[in-house]
Amino acid sequence: MADIPLDRVAETATTEVEDLALRHPHGWVTRYVFSQDAKTIAIQYTATALAVGFVALFLSWLMRLQLGFPGTFAFIDAAAYYQIITMHGMMMIVYVLTAVLLGGFGNYLIPLMVGARDMVFPFANMLSYWFYLLAVIILLASFFAPGGPTGAGWTLYPPQAILSGTPGQESGIILMLVSLIVFIAGFTMGGLNYVVTVLQGRTRGMTLMRMPLTVWGIFTASVMALLAFPALFVACVMLLFDKLLGTSFFMPSLVELGSRLEYGGGSPILFQHLFWFFGHPEVYIVALPAFGIVSDLIATHARRNIFGYRMMVWAILAIGALSFIVWAHHMYVSGMNPWFGFFFATTTLIIAVPTAIKVYNWILTLWRGDIHLTVPMLFALGFIVTFVNGGLSGLFLGNVVVDVPLSDTMFVVAHFHMVMGIAPVLVIFGAIYHWYPKVTGRMMNDALGKLHFWVTFVGTYAIFFPMHYLGLLGVPRRYHEMGEASFFPPSAQMLNAYITIVALVVGAAQLVFLFNLLWSIRHGREAGGNPWRATSLEWQTPQTPPPHGNWGKERPTVYRWAYDYNVPGVAQDFIPQNMPPEAVALGPRLATGGVP
Amino acid sequence: MHVALALFVIAIGSVVFHLLSPWWWTPIASNWTYIDHTITITFWITGLVFLAVVLFMAWCVWRYRHRPRQGDVLYEPENKRLEWWLTAITAIGVAAMLAPGLYVWSQFITVPPDADEVEIVAQQWQWSYRLPGPDGRLGATAIRHVSDDNPLGLDPQDPRGADDLMVQGGELHLPVGRPVKAVLRSLDVLHDFYVPEFRAKMDLIPGMVTYFWLTPTRTGTFEVLCAEMCGVGHAFMRGFVVVAEESDYRAWLEQQQPARPAAQLRVPTMTER
Repeated sequence: MADIPLDRVAETATTEVEDLALRHPHGWVTRYVFSQDAKTIAIQYTATALAVGFVALFLSWLMRLQLGFPGTFAFIDAAAYYQIITMHGMMMIVYVLTAVLLGGFGNYLIPLMVGARDMVFPFANMLSYWFYLLAVIILLASFFAPGGPTGAGWTLYPPQAILSGTPGQESGIILMLVSLIVFIAGFTMGGLNYVVTVLQGRTRGMTLMRMPLTVWGIFTASVMALLAFPALFVACVMLLFDKLLGTSFFMPSLVELGSRLEYGGGSPILFQHLFWFFGHPEVYIVALPAFGIVSDLIATHARRNIFGYRMMVWAILAIGALSFIVWAHHMYVSGMNPWFGFFFATTTLIIAVPTAIKVYNWILTLWRGDIHLTVPMLFALGFIVTFVNGGLSGLFLGNVVVDVPLSDTMFVVAHFHMVMGIAPVLVIFGAIYHWYPKVTGRMMNDALGKLHFWVTFVGTYAIFFPMHYLGLLGVPRRYHEMGEASFFPPSAQMLNAYITIVALVVGAAQLVFLFNLLWSIRHGREAGGNPWRATSLEWQTPQTPPPHGNWGKERPTVYRWAYDYNVPGVAQDFIPQNMPPEAVALGPRLATGGVP
Repeated sequence: MHVALALFVIAIGSVVFHLLSPWWWTPIASNWTYIDHTITITFWITGLVFLAVVLFMAWCVWRYRHRPRQGDVLYEPENKRLEWWLTAITAIGVAAMLAPGLYVWSQFITVPPDADEVEIVAQQWQWSYRLPGPDGRLGATAIRHVSDDNPLGLDPQDPRGADDLMVQGGELHLPVGRPVKAVLRSLDVLHDFYVPEFRAKMDLIPGMVTYFWLTPTRTGTFEVLCAEMCGVGHAFMRGFVVVAEESDYRAWLEQQQPARPAAQLRVPTMTER
């Protein structure tokens, strides 16, 4: 897709910077701790988020133990259960997925993929990570605070979130709200960096329509996050005021356990609108980077151009825009004006169209390709299955009247875990296996990677697919035990026990991944600069791992889009983005060789 | 090879699981069979799409797996015709689900004029009910009137409330075959009145009144659950709705005591009786 004539690109001078212009580290602390190098910040973000992820995984084990074998574990009572699910949900959505996909992959990949030397505001970028770390510490501190962490559910709906019937109302809810506020402040600094770097930091020849879809996904998600997080920010501040100062933004007059409280005149539904104005775009803030990354994984490992690149870009932008006018589909039975249902059901189902286009284009990229079933490719395939399944169950929940019986049941839990839990997590794994050689210079172990993939993919599908049927049966979510109920047969409890066992196995398989991740740093096979023979710029750096500044003396010049795989008449089966047209060797296709 | 096989097994296995699953929705007890039909339509459409996508993927993975043959990879950046066709077909499928959905939703929110009113009041962690007395109208309420003697906060000045019947912590009885509009109120936090057999549910919100309507279509005793997180007692916030024949319902109604004005409003709960 050479939409700029090649001769014009070739005429422009390559960009050079004086070495002095880069803020090189002066010592161990500025190199590894207070680093302003986006790549180091990316590793800090990813490592912190993975640590939080393992805490959240452990919490999911506890909740599954309670659901699978209710009453067996005395320390998981109702209050503890609610604290566990709340922390698991908030950690995974905000502190793991958002942090890894934007803070981790965004930082590592944006500058490299657009041919920049670093983010445009490296100091703010560094600060972004330290705010994030502070937010994580505040969040984890609530485990040790009096009364423990909040058990309000990750949605934190008032009035319940700040009243005494909810565990953690002494201090847990305050720490949660403060942590979110700090996180958002930190994210804003990072997010501005990602957006401005994409807009201003691209190298010669890297037009917007030549950017890899990974960059498009992360860029759009960052713009969305900058627009959506402020809604959560104000909601958190107002709820904090309601809790600490006795204001009544979200608090109507009410009677709590027999005694009348001072509150009056506020609206609980207002909080829900603010929360979901953030919360729904948040789904796509997680999904769009995953969409972008998976597009690049599929194209690279299927050795074929991504099908319908322009449609893919427009679909990302359309999904990003539409996702701001669908938020109230989380509120069909919230008691809001029922006429809203028509509007929000329509917009919600319209989103299915650009989303479906993306799915078609992924599988049409596989079609007539040369599919290498590498570990990243396996995760990409697993993502498509999981995402299609979760996306389709979204058509139930988005279609207002169908949502009525399913809302607040285990069907919802199964749906969002498929579509925005497992699907992005599979992409994150695939991406780590894919870019690990660039980050460390070594490959991750293939056999362990495949083991990790099969247990994770098949296991999570075996957990969440049958879970839909519990919801169909009528089992509500956020019940620590179902107890006796006429519609809840003993077989359903057996299903719960089975899900728990699979969840324990899948959780344990993540230790294989962790081992592989750490072990391969020293013992992995040497990767070389471009082990996947990929076209995009990050694989063309002069050194691997790339040093601060990325490109040595001269930034690359880009001549083509990122998907020139198996171009007819060209000897190699890929043409790097920065390879000048005159350097492309024509002739019969060379034997591939050496590709894993 | 085994990857393609695994994808194939997942596609077929999911459908087989769906068809053979012993876990399915409870037999319906209200007029909302349309909701069940819409779910069924959605299952069909989404199931076909799921099968088509995953099976096509499995076939691609098998057919185009890497083999020592080169040069037959198709270089085709885009194919406008194919892309527009797929877009159009998707749009039609979406419309086929949305249209019945919106049609049934319009019924769901349009309460028949002859519906009986019953008020459902939630607090941590029990259900209470209020029925209009012989005057057929519910009296006004406000949180400021709530007291030990007036647990649901009836306005003592409102004559319409004097004959209201109150059921605290007991069972709600409904006559079969008559449309009923449930008017929902909460005294403290969010709750959600959920009877799986009715399909309908709605949140109860402090500070405002919400509603839904249904016509019970078969007699029986059905479990009431709270479906909106409401604190530590959430999972225990249960109750029962008894759908009875008109005559049995009348007999039950006879036993309920009317609220008397002002200080003597309190009605003994079912357990006390």
